Amino acid sequence: MTETLVWILVALIAVGLYLSWTAGRLDRLHARIDAARAALDAQLLRRASVAQELATSGVLDPAASIVLYEAAHAARQAEEDQREVAESELSQALRAVFADVQQLEAVREAPGGEEAVRELAEAVRRVPMARRFHNDAVGAARRLREHRKVRWFRLAGHAPFPMAFEMDDEPPAVLLDRPA
Amino acid sequence: MRIGLVCPYSWDVPGGVQFHIRDLAEYFIGLGHEVSVLAPADDDTPLPPYVVSAGRAVPVPYNGSVARLNFGFLSAARVRRWLHEGRFDVIHIHEPTSPSLGLLACWAAQGPIVATFHTSNPRSRAMIAAYSILQAALEKISARIAVSEYARRTLVEHLGGDAVVIPNGVDVDFFARAEPRPEWQGNTIGFIGRIDEPRKGLPVLMKALPAILAARPDTRLLVAGRGDEKEAVEGLPGELRSRVEFLGMISDEDKARFLRSIDLYIAPNTGGESFGIILVEAMSAGAPVLASDLDAFAQVLDQGKAGELFANEDADALAEAAVRLLSDPARRAELRERGSSHVRRYDWSTVGADILSVYETVTAGAAAVAADERTTGLRARLGLARD
Repeated sequence: MTETLVWILVALIAVGLYLSWTAGRLDRLHARIDAARAALDAQLLRRASVAQELATSGVLDPAASIVLYEAAHAARQAEEDQREVAESELSQALRAVFADVQQLEAVREAPGGEEAVRELAEAVRRVPMARRFHNDAVGAARRLREHRKVRWFRLAGHAPFPMAFEMDDEPPAVLLDRPA
Repeated sequence: MRIGLVCPYSWDVPGGVQFHIRDLAEYFIGLGHEVSVLAPADDDTPLPPYVVSAGRAVPVPYNGSVARLNFGFLSAARVRRWLHEGRFDVIHIHEPTSPSLGLLACWAAQGPIVATFHTSNPRSRAMIAAYSILQAALEKISARIAVSEYARRTLVEHLGGDAVVIPNGVDVDFFARAEPRPEWQGNTIGFIGRIDEPRKGLPVLMKALPAILAARPDTRLLVAGRGDEKEAVEGLPGELRSRVEFLGMISDEDKARFLRSIDLYIAPNTGGESFGIILVEAMSAGAPVLASDLDAFAQVLDQGKAGELFANEDADALAEAAVRLLSDPARRAELRERGSSHVRRYDWSTVGADILSVYETVTAGAAAVAADERTTGLRARLGLARD
């Protein structure tokens, strides 16, 4: 009798430890998502700033400047639920403005242009990177949260269900070309 | 930035991953970053100043061959001490799924962790059994890097999640500036790799050789690499054996000069390649490349634009392509030129900058690396651990 009780107690403690460990894992994943999201926000903001700087610099023709300014401004001001669309539109605007190499050459020739092009190239490369890391963390957290043990014991607490950040982040082709 | 690199394989044994980590560390040090590499090494091996030994690796049968791995209390303690003393902004673990230092570091650390997956091994049975343990450790990785699109696909299939593709780096100018050696020049085709490792494909090349020599009798085959030379030429008719020269193991300098000297580099590998650094090195040195059409090779050769591909394991196709290239200097010159401009994307200046962007992306929103007190030991579980 006592022996059975002891075994039940041991089993309960083991289950408890396992659940606490799982909760720890989940907590760490949520922290990772937060960090990844902060990094993604920083990269998106950086890209929009560089785009806006270019748009107001007077180096581009007026039509391209307006298109780029509009898109960059909208991306920076977008509400949370409009963000993905606005950022995708900025990607499209960047691709349209830098559809041919000449536009890029024009920027390079302007004073300080080399620097601006480098910053833009860096920004458009890092956005997809940051987004991939973010969505990777979201995927891992989702897989764990969909597990029975997490749902039954409500290990996720009140943390909101993580959402991936979906957008068109294809950079302009001319900016992808590496110096030969 | 304070960067910690974790190497899973013995520092004293030469290998692709070790060289990659060495070059990466030296590139970062050159840029003024503080770098420390944690690697298994015998205590009496001389190590560069930036390498910290994690103790001797133990040979263990793993995954069908004998691997030299680090595990156990001593290694785990050294990993934790290294993490504690290093106070890194980011740690970069190589090959985190091998049951060695990579996994230990992953297990023991918290904070921004970057991991590079080098091999594209199909999921092993051990990995399936250890899946939940592995998953808990791999979940800590903030950014995953795959060395090729092919490696990324395997990674996504087997472990889920996603990764960015950053190829392995090569010091392109080191190869481009090497001095050719006259005795290796003149109708030479080259092969570098283990002679007795069938996956490196020397048997396929040996099978194709009679046909190549029949069409181009002046051709010489130069083979650089370890292995039994007699066994390698066994299948070859006696009179042709003199057309094959074995150079044994060669140094890095000689490798560059070798690749600068030859008229055609042949990579007949039959599988197990996730990147193909040797092709990049050959192209850097301006050697025209003919390679088997493995996924990884096709990608490095820009789907056949920067070098030619032949059907894997098909000796006749290899012979036909080799003869055609050897008789067509114009085409070889074209390949040389395309190869040389194509490899710029694999130069350390580009690859290193990309890896640094990854570090900067993951450190942007996070605190520094620390030893993870929460996940280790029962004491931590019960809330007794010091914080």
